[in-house]
Amino acid sequence: MKILVCISHVPDTTSKINFTEDGTKFDSNGVQFVINPYDEFALTRAMWFKEKQAATVTVASVGSAVVEPTLRKALAIGADDAIRVDTEPFDGYYVAKQLSEVVKTEGYDLVLMGKESIDYNGGMVPGMLAELLGFNFVNACIGLEINNNSATASREIDGGKEVLSCSLPLIVAGQKGLVEEKDLRIPNMRGIMMARKKPLKVIAPIDFSATTATVKYEKPVAKGACKLIDSSNVDELIQLLHNEAKVI
Amino acid sequence: MSVLVFADHSEGKFKKTAFEIVSFGKQVAKQAETSLVVLTINAESTNVLSDYGAEKILTIQDKRLNTFNARAYADCIQQAALKENANIVVVDSTNNGLYLAPILAVKLEAGYASNVIDFPASIAPFTVKRKVFSSKGFGLTQIDTAHKLIGLGKNSVGLIEDKVNSVEEAFSPSLNDDDFQITSDSIDKTSGKITIADADIVVSGGRGLKGPENWAMIEELADVLGAATACSKPVSDLGWRPHSEHVGQTGKPVTANLYIAIGISGAIQHLAGVNSSKVKVVINTDPEAPFFKAADYGIVGDAFEVVPELVEKLKEFKSSL
Repeated sequence: MKILVCISHVPDTTSKINFTEDGTKFDSNGVQFVINPYDEFALTRAMWFKEKQAATVTVASVGSAVVEPTLRKALAIGADDAIRVDTEPFDGYYVAKQLSEVVKTEGYDLVLMGKESIDYNGGMVPGMLAELLGFNFVNACIGLEINNNSATASREIDGGKEVLSCSLPLIVAGQKGLVEEKDLRIPNMRGIMMARKKPLKVIAPIDFSATTATVKYEKPVAKGACKLIDSSNVDELIQLLHNEAKVI
Repeated sequence: MSVLVFADHSEGKFKKTAFEIVSFGKQVAKQAETSLVVLTINAESTNVLSDYGAEKILTIQDKRLNTFNARAYADCIQQAALKENANIVVVDSTNNGLYLAPILAVKLEAGYASNVIDFPASIAPFTVKRKVFSSKGFGLTQIDTAHKLIGLGKNSVGLIEDKVNSVEEAFSPSLNDDDFQITSDSIDKTSGKITIADADIVVSGGRGLKGPENWAMIEELADVLGAATACSKPVSDLGWRPHSEHVGQTGKPVTANLYIAIGISGAIQHLAGVNSSKVKVVINTDPEAPFFKAADYGIVGDAFEVVPELVEKLKEFKSSL
């Protein structure tokens, strides 16, 4: 089984978010970048298939050379090789289009990634990729088993879960539950040493125009200070929620 | 030209999400000086949608669509959009909405903006405001394609009553086997409980509650308020509460009107998942807990004293209404 895990290179959760160039660009100054946390679930599940079902695992990212340390980290966790599509990830459609070329050229049975990235939160690349390729697709996946050419996958639904089955090739957008958080892999020293020698192929993008553009960013308006209510006076809280906030 | 909204229902009944998306579609149609068409699939009755401005309602009745199927539903919406010459298409942000939208975007070759939280800032060029960076920022996104697809964030514009006489029209899209390659084996839903996705109010407990045996008061508070219960990540990791209650960055997002955090310090990952809620209340013994910086109202105090008192006072308050 050939698996592709798509990795998004995103600011660490604890980063301060600022915008620059008159609010038109994300300010990456001083920001630490990591593997998108949702993609980590996908990568860890892929490692399981590699160890238990002899799968090969390639990781791919769309981005300039700045994403290479993130891809190397994925290699250190255990992926076999990496592909970088050498262009800016202009929007979700554009990224899906680039990845669809990678899948068509290399041929994969299973493509795993997170259900969204924690930077632009679009949640669009997995589904778009599936439709561009005509592959089956499971979103918000919280459990995945593969048996020969068929897959059983659970997905989160509002208020519960649904179990689906289909054949490969398949695109899966994962989240917590695909593997448990405690089982997420982190690179060890041996992995880091080995990752340096693993192949990282850089390929040119295909020609495609982005469908959307974010023309302006802004930060949320600073919130007023928290109104503190004395613990002996919960009636005041009830009145504030009723009369001022109007939520009860 | 028209605006097409897909109004989804749960077991035949339309819920607040559907009314909100129809309200949104109606306002966008006015803004774009065009008309609104609402698409429904296997709904029992669509009358309620006319309260929110649904002038024309397309109804699909097809047994194959009784169980949600993302590709088949996307196919239906695409065909409805082409039939109605709709250049703006709106879907919701439920799990089903998020599943079908990117498929639909490719079918329509549409630029897609998800997590949209307000009416379009302008129609030409078409720009919408959306949440980015886990609600730590907003982006004004311009869509340049002929078809524009919007995923409306839950609880973003609210309900706008606009009673109209609606006209219903049956619609039979042509579906093919490719739409049904994925089969649904089983659906497991907790019944009779308010889900975090549907709730206007969410009451959430953290490690400060010391153990699963102390959750009765959280449930009681939720009960009085008609709220859903939730928990922080450590609580679900410890197995005190089911994973389905975990809210935060890697858990479920909360966009409620009121979020009450009890014994939750407010780690950045937790706040990333809940800070889109409109009003936040924190109850914590530690006045230095980061949640006090993110909350609107706070009580520094022991949950074991404050919560039972709050439950009593709320009961009195509710009976006085």
